[in-house]
Amino acid sequence: MMVLGHDHVRVDGRDKVTGVARYGVEKRPDDALHAWAVRATVARGRVTGIDTEAALATPGVVEVLTWRNAPRLEDADDDELQVLQDDHVAYRGQVVALVVAETLEVAREVASTLDVRYETEPHDVALAIDHPGLYAPEQANAGADTDSARGDVEEGLASSSHVVEAVYETPALFNNPMEPHATVAWWEDGALRMVDSTQGTTPTAQTMATLFGLDEPQVRVTAEHVGGGFGSKGTPKANPVLAAMAAKVTGRPVALAWTRQMMFGLAGYRTPTISRVRLGADADGRLQAISHEAFSQTSRLEEFTEQTAEYVRHMYDSRTALTTHRVTQLDVHTPSWMRAPGECPGAYAIESALDELAHTAGIDPVELRRRNEPEVDPETGAPYSSRQLMACHDRAAELFGWAGRDPRPGVRRDGHWLVGTGVASSSYPAMAAPSGARATALPDGTFRVGVNATDIGTGARTVMLQAAAEELKVEPEQVDLHIADSDLPHGAVAGGSSGSASWGWAVAKACRALRSRMATERVPDEGLEVVVDTAEDLKGRASLARFAYGAQMVEARVDVRTGEVVVPRWVGVFAAGRILNPRTARSQLLGGMTMGLSMALHEEGLLDERFGGWANHDLATYHVAANADVGDLTIEWLPEDDGELGPLRSKGIGEIGIVGAAAAVANAVWHATGVRVRSLPIQPDKLLDRLPG
Amino acid sequence: MTQPPASAFDLTVNGTRHALTVDNRTSLLDLLRERLRLTGTKKGCDHGQCGACTVLVDGRRTNACLTLAVTLDGREVTTVEGLADGDDLHPVQQAFLDHDAFQCGYCTPGQICSAVGALDELAQGWPSHVTDDLTGEVEPSAEEVRERMSGNLCRCGAYAHIVTAVQEAAR
Ligand code: FES
Ligand code: FES
Repeated sequence: MMVLGHDHVRVDGRDKVTGVARYGVEKRPDDALHAWAVRATVARGRVTGIDTEAALATPGVVEVLTWRNAPRLEDADDDELQVLQDDHVAYRGQVVALVVAETLEVAREVASTLDVRYETEPHDVALAIDHPGLYAPEQANAGADTDSARGDVEEGLASSSHVVEAVYETPALFNNPMEPHATVAWWEDGALRMVDSTQGTTPTAQTMATLFGLDEPQVRVTAEHVGGGFGSKGTPKANPVLAAMAAKVTGRPVALAWTRQMMFGLAGYRTPTISRVRLGADADGRLQAISHEAFSQTSRLEEFTEQTAEYVRHMYDSRTALTTHRVTQLDVHTPSWMRAPGECPGAYAIESALDELAHTAGIDPVELRRRNEPEVDPETGAPYSSRQLMACHDRAAELFGWAGRDPRPGVRRDGHWLVGTGVASSSYPAMAAPSGARATALPDGTFRVGVNATDIGTGARTVMLQAAAEELKVEPEQVDLHIADSDLPHGAVAGGSSGSASWGWAVAKACRALRSRMATERVPDEGLEVVVDTAEDLKGRASLARFAYGAQMVEARVDVRTGEVVVPRWVGVFAAGRILNPRTARSQLLGGMTMGLSMALHEEGLLDERFGGWANHDLATYHVAANADVGDLTIEWLPEDDGELGPLRSKGIGEIGIVGAAAAVANAVWHATGVRVRSLPIQPDKLLDRLPG
Repeated sequence: MTQPPASAFDLTVNGTRHALTVDNRTSLLDLLRERLRLTGTKKGCDHGQCGACTVLVDGRRTNACLTLAVTLDGREVTTVEGLADGDDLHPVQQAFLDHDAFQCGYCTPGQICSAVGALDELAQGWPSHVTDDLTGEVEPSAEEVRERMSGNLCRCGAYAHIVTAVQEAAR
């Protein structure tokens, strides 16, 4: 039986193309009420009054929750979730009331006319490299060290033949999954039941249990289909909390969905980042110094530090190195995970700076990366479990036709187009988190497998079925797979590109254990069941540096008349362990690269400093890549057999596609025009008056 | 405050005729999703900016979120639930499935309805922004498909596969 590693059509594909698949609020009890959030119109201050009388008198309105009457919550270690607990406004757009009504129309209209009065205080919302509030946090996201140093980087720079020093910036970026965050909540005999659009029902259930003072088994969260997340649904936001509060107060099921506008400010986002990068190399291009100082923002409610300088720590060799993270608290909502937090903006800065160094040193950019390949992880000294970075570059070069590239910028012209090519590396850690799984053999020869995976579009439902079938040595049709339900054994969140590795490990373990019991035991009428957990297995892993790698090569064309950038050709080659399902894997990589294109050319949260909010907060003004933006994409992966990754032998692929993508585009734009844009996105106004004649 | 004004009208959805009385503020999208419980049509922005709510009104692709339901008296609406013929998928649905032209699937019903409408527009020779010859036949080239499908955003970035799928369905 060979199921894993082979093409398998999505098992939920038919439901998705026929409209049968139900998401978020679509699956709900018939008597559900509708809720609509009311948001603060000031960036900092206090709510001094809310006139709920007129609202409550409107036919169809059932309840208006404010900080005065909302149920009190326990502390779940995330102050963004302490909604309607006091009169304090921490950022513009924070929820200050919730209207609950019989219909969506009534809830929406009453929410839009609710009279909320505020006392305002001066706000501070703009990040700057010299912001006086910048401080060193205890650690950065995902447990990354705040600072690290190897040798004396100033000496390394001073002794270098070639030095590049530049500041790179990425703007606030918003995840914007196509399905906005949504929850239906209801209470049954003191227990909380919810359908939530989440990347992990286990963590959501645990958080809700804490907030509402319940035991974990008293909360059940399911998420049968989730319309994307990209990190924004990786931790619970205010929507499940508000829905549960409203259901509690009204005694009825309550459906609550964010509007698209609310996705800009109530669903997490990627902080703006500022990176000061200094690279020094000897005459042969060998790095003598890497210095990456990263600056980002957080809110006054919670600390979130994007681990922007983490990427370079494990990526290139250098005699000396310095990396730092500084963060400042502003009157903004809390940044959170967005596809490859840390690695994504970090790679943009580092892969751009390397391109500048290649030019300065007169070395081909691929060759420069080859000369700085480390033997072991430079940060930790740990050996790599596998590292095929340069093999990816070599294959990409072959597919793209990189050899013989003219390194000179701004000299190729095709009609009114300036033409250039660019390259960047990609890398993302291959992580795994503890998960449980349950496997049951039934007397009729079929099996039930339960694992609390969430399929946010990744294909997890399909791949877990493949994994179960492979390990049980049966056809996938003989396995009934159950996912996305917090009543299953604990499952890791669909994040950090670790889902398949984490859940797959548990599925493999459960299925293997079941098979060995079946060798000696009869399957009784009620079935033979095995429940496992991988926490101990993960602790026993060797200390190795485990990363997926990739190389991306891009052709960019810049219109000399308008400054418009188009990307007609893009090659991505990746090495990510065993590819579990080539069909869904291709879509994952394609999706990451496409979001990278979007980041390079379009996406930018525009801060309204005067009022403290985002001036563009819908899909008409915050541009994401559309179909016509995407040219020919070629994606390949290299065979890779890495026995240090767990039973599925896979590295994650959900995030690596976006890592380095924007740098590859920026480098190609420089090669086309000679203009180095160091602040994303690369929009026409940053090019137009600097283009060669 | 008094009850909100409502209007009565007839609407055919996927071949079934409905006699409805609906709050005048109700969009076609909310009528489908909340009242008729046809949740295949998705709400991505509610402002005509994403295409997730695309349905066919008398065969033409339309953003259901921008259409007030009460304006549709006597019209025919086809949603993603109305495209397949029993167990046989519509060729566009089959092509999306075959080419993995989606990930999360949330934009997919809109993409599929939009593709059905776009293919009909192509067949009728409607030009687009990228059509060179405004009088001749229009071929479903990758460039034409990309242009015509650009009103439907896909945050999962399945565009490259969507183009392949729509081109296949055009054959
Ligand atoms: S929901 Fe109608 S266009 Fe977005
Ligand atoms: S498939 Fe997820 S948005 Fe298109």
